[in-house]
Amino acid sequence: MRLWILIIITMILSVISLFLGAIDIRFSDLLDLDSDELKIFLISRVPRLLAIIMAGAGMSIAGLIMQSLSRNKFVSPTTAGTLDAARLGIMISMLFITNVTYTQQVIFSFVFSLAGTFLFIQILDRIQFKDVIFVPLIGIMYGNILNSITVFFGYEADILQNLQSWFMGSFTLIVAGRYELLYISIPAVLLAYIYANKFTVAGMGEDFAKNLGMSYKVVLNLGLILVAVISTSVVLTVGVIPFLGLIVPNIVSIFKGDNIRKTIPLTMVTGAAFLLICDIIGRTIVHPYEIPVNVTVAVIGSAIFLILLFRGRAYAKKS
Amino acid sequence: MIEIKELTKRFGKKNVVDNVSINIKPGTITSFIGPNGAGKSTLLSMVSRFLDSDTGEVLLDQSNVKKWKSNAFAKRVSILKQSNFLNVRLTVRELISFGRYPYSKGRLTAEDETFVDQAIGYMNLHDMEDQLIDELSGGQKQRAFIAMVIAQDTEYILLDEPLASLDMKHSVQIMKTLRKLVNELGKTVVIVLHDINFASVYSDRIVALKDGELVKNGPTNDIINPQTLSEIYEMDIPVQEQNGCRICVYFNAHAN
Repeated sequence: MRLWILIIITMILSVISLFLGAIDIRFSDLLDLDSDELKIFLISRVPRLLAIIMAGAGMSIAGLIMQSLSRNKFVSPTTAGTLDAARLGIMISMLFITNVTYTQQVIFSFVFSLAGTFLFIQILDRIQFKDVIFVPLIGIMYGNILNSITVFFGYEADILQNLQSWFMGSFTLIVAGRYELLYISIPAVLLAYIYANKFTVAGMGEDFAKNLGMSYKVVLNLGLILVAVISTSVVLTVGVIPFLGLIVPNIVSIFKGDNIRKTIPLTMVTGAAFLLICDIIGRTIVHPYEIPVNVTVAVIGSAIFLILLFRGRAYAKKS
Repeated sequence: MIEIKELTKRFGKKNVVDNVSINIKPGTITSFIGPNGAGKSTLLSMVSRFLDSDTGEVLLDQSNVKKWKSNAFAKRVSILKQSNFLNVRLTVRELISFGRYPYSKGRLTAEDETFVDQAIGYMNLHDMEDQLIDELSGGQKQRAFIAMVIAQDTEYILLDEPLASLDMKHSVQIMKTLRKLVNELGKTVVIVLHDINFASVYSDRIVALKDGELVKNGPTNDIINPQTLSEIYEMDIPVQEQNGCRICVYFNAHAN
């Protein structure tokens, strides 16, 4: 699919998203500067739309980077423990710091997701059996272990309820003042674009990168930092959105190949559009109530994931 | 010039490469031959800086390869490993363009494009330059990789068993191309070969290794004779002359 067609689709979806919700807002209401509708629009609808677009684009790019660096099509923040580690970090910060500040949570979450992903890459380095399916399975188990630690101590310390909002990805609570952390994913995505060629080369393996005079370790670490920044910003604002970083880069890769410089813009827009659709569905089917976006993403996403697995096992193997 | 000086590599207690000293003569094809476990690939890996040696050194233009800056080194020496199976969906042209990475970091200049075009022409890949490499056959893929190395435009080209998994036709094609690279472009090719007859027919010099030690290093005709071969392979290997090429007929030879 062409980039500009996707951009137009995303814009249409954005407009739908802006005018969808419990309270009916008409375009004419926005012209009245004192109306409640305009306030709702600016405090709730616009932040929500921006959050969806940044989270969708960011998680897809994080997945793209991870798939390239691990040389495995099924590795993503969901299947490598990144998101679980970020959540573990939040729990630890709440456990050890009384009256923990937002900044402290951000730092803990970032450090943990970075360390967690790094550890997973180290584990990958040491196992010999690198089947395309086996690797993400290890990642999911690893994520579940981290998760069980979070739940255990969260339960013991009676802070499980406070943690709940980060378990479940949802845009329901996104209002002005609660999503701004997502803006740090923009420079991260820009850096990913600037270094796209390095990620492509690194994706062809350490030997290949060395032959071309590239420092593989530096690129690997840079990639992991970008993934951790994006994941942290999403987990702390929206919560965990599963599958997004897995499906979107794969769909783009099937049609457009793996030259990351070429696929990054498409991956971003596809990610944003996909998340917008899932959010719109979640807001429409039980209107005026909402189904959290992680549920709709999981349902649609796991279906697409299964198709990728069956149809795409051959693709992932040879590709 | 590449000089290998008293190079040793130990894995555990075993000396996989044991005190080997060789000079690689510029403008030639030098083949590394020897039985399994002779240390050929390990030696090549140390020359290309993939592996660190335990003792000894490799010099490129009189200075230790470890002291070269990665980028400067990548403009002088390129290597293709046998494990270069790719799981990345790039077109042939994109792959070859990455050969220019040491020069342009991926932002191709007009000069880079010229090199890429030349490499495509040289390997005869015009009709498949827009195909994805994962759709190519083994032989085509190998040709694409060699084209990438040609685009990299290094003086030294090191190849680790480039004929592995290729059929006869493609093997011959690849070896002929390497010969052309040396004769026409003045490159220096160092190649690890399993098939002794390809080594005999196409190389200028042969380095024979066994159990990590250098058995013999010299012009091809000094190595391809029954006495030396029996020393290397512990087999009686009759050698026949065929249109000026020495062919080893080892298939029903008697193992010592």
